[in-house]
Amino acid sequence: MKALLFLGCTVPVRNLNYEVSARKVCEALGVELVDDAALACCGYPLKGTDQAHALTIAARALAQARGHDLPLVALCSACAGTLAEAEHRLSHNPEEVARVNAELAPLGLEYAPGVRVTHLVRYLLEEVGLEAIKAKMTRDLSEFTFAPHYGCHYLKPSETIGGLDDPEAPTSMGALIEATGAKVDNYPRLKDCCGGGVLGADEELAGALAGAKLAELDARQVTAMALVCPFCNVMYEGQQKAIAKRMDTKFKVPVVYLTQILGLGLGMTPDELGFKLNRSKPKELLAAFKE
Amino acid sequence: MSVRLNDCDPGFKHEVAAEPGSEGIRACFACAACSARCPVGANRPDYDPRRLIRLTLLGRREEVLASPLIWLCSSCYSCGEVCPQQVRFTEVLTAIKNIAAREGHAPPSAKVTAELLAKQGRLLEITEFENQKRADLGLPPVEQRPGDFQAILGIEPDQGEAGEEPR
Repeated sequence: MKALLFLGCTVPVRNLNYEVSARKVCEALGVELVDDAALACCGYPLKGTDQAHALTIAARALAQARGHDLPLVALCSACAGTLAEAEHRLSHNPEEVARVNAELAPLGLEYAPGVRVTHLVRYLLEEVGLEAIKAKMTRDLSEFTFAPHYGCHYLKPSETIGGLDDPEAPTSMGALIEATGAKVDNYPRLKDCCGGGVLGADEELAGALAGAKLAELDARQVTAMALVCPFCNVMYEGQQKAIAKRMDTKFKVPVVYLTQILGLGLGMTPDELGFKLNRSKPKELLAAFKE
Repeated sequence: MSVRLNDCDPGFKHEVAAEPGSEGIRACFACAACSARCPVGANRPDYDPRRLIRLTLLGRREEVLASPLIWLCSSCYSCGEVCPQQVRFTEVLTAIKNIAAREGHAPPSAKVTAELLAKQGRLLEITEFENQKRADLGLPPVEQRPGDFQAILGIEPDQGEAGEEPR
């Protein structure tokens, strides 16, 4: 199995633990990830104010990906959602393709439909398969409980990225967590948004969205919250202290990436999986796997 | 507050519906499923998707475009998942924000994003420091190639930082 890796902007600079664990897990599961330094940004951040240019930037990435003739796999949910939406929109709108290609032509690029865009988690489930993943596990994590945070752009809008899971009753992350033997906590606020999308406009509001979930998980004392998106990480890990302070309370919710859990199940050490870079440390996990 | 029809712009809804992806606004029958499911509205009662759609359909153009509320959408797409009419409120609001931005109402952070992409080809800068951290973890280097982004966005970065060679 071979796929083209879409790193985006945030993962390769601020979330090296996600990247390193994703690469190691893929290698262990027989997935070869191909790099292309020209891919860069997906265009997402521009959409709110300038969706025409955002679409051209996404089309630029899709045009580059097409040359590889491989599925395009993103670690970031915003990248995966944006690129999938661009592919969907362009493959249904010949007029927009003409506009976009007029802008791409001077760059020596041309968009044509046909790139399969997917999130890494989805790729693992659909290409490697849950049973094959389970069969590769060498370590039992049954004494731990993880709370998945699905986030928004991993499953929504279902119109453009649907078919894997039900956004109103998601189970796909839970299935991967259970593949390691670990337990899944499907807590009441499971589907809540992290608020990351509104952080730039209203920090207090973004903090209120993330804070409600953090407070709930703190009370439930899970081993860690499990993420699949670096933007959700900004809120739940990066902003956690500031949010607790603003709420005039104290909580400490350990935050890990789903790929770090899978890596532990595959027998890798916390060091190999970049756990040193986790700021809200999962102490229970680290103590259990101390070298 | 009463609404004087003379103060309304009946063309506004068509202007919004003409933006890509937002034609669904025509199908809204004001059931408020979007408002009920909205996580932002749950924390900020003054933010109400249905109300923003009604104001748009009524043609309250300036009131909508100048409202700070339109920038509070977290773009979580929850509204679209529960809408019985496939209105796709997130896309409708994207259309409204795009029009607002063209008329000078965008928050300052929006401009910064385009400038960063033109300068770096990415949101976050890559220097030797970042690549050294990556190398320490056995990760391949990443590069800044802003040229394509400058061409697409029609923006040249500030003097002194323009035309840097890709790293």
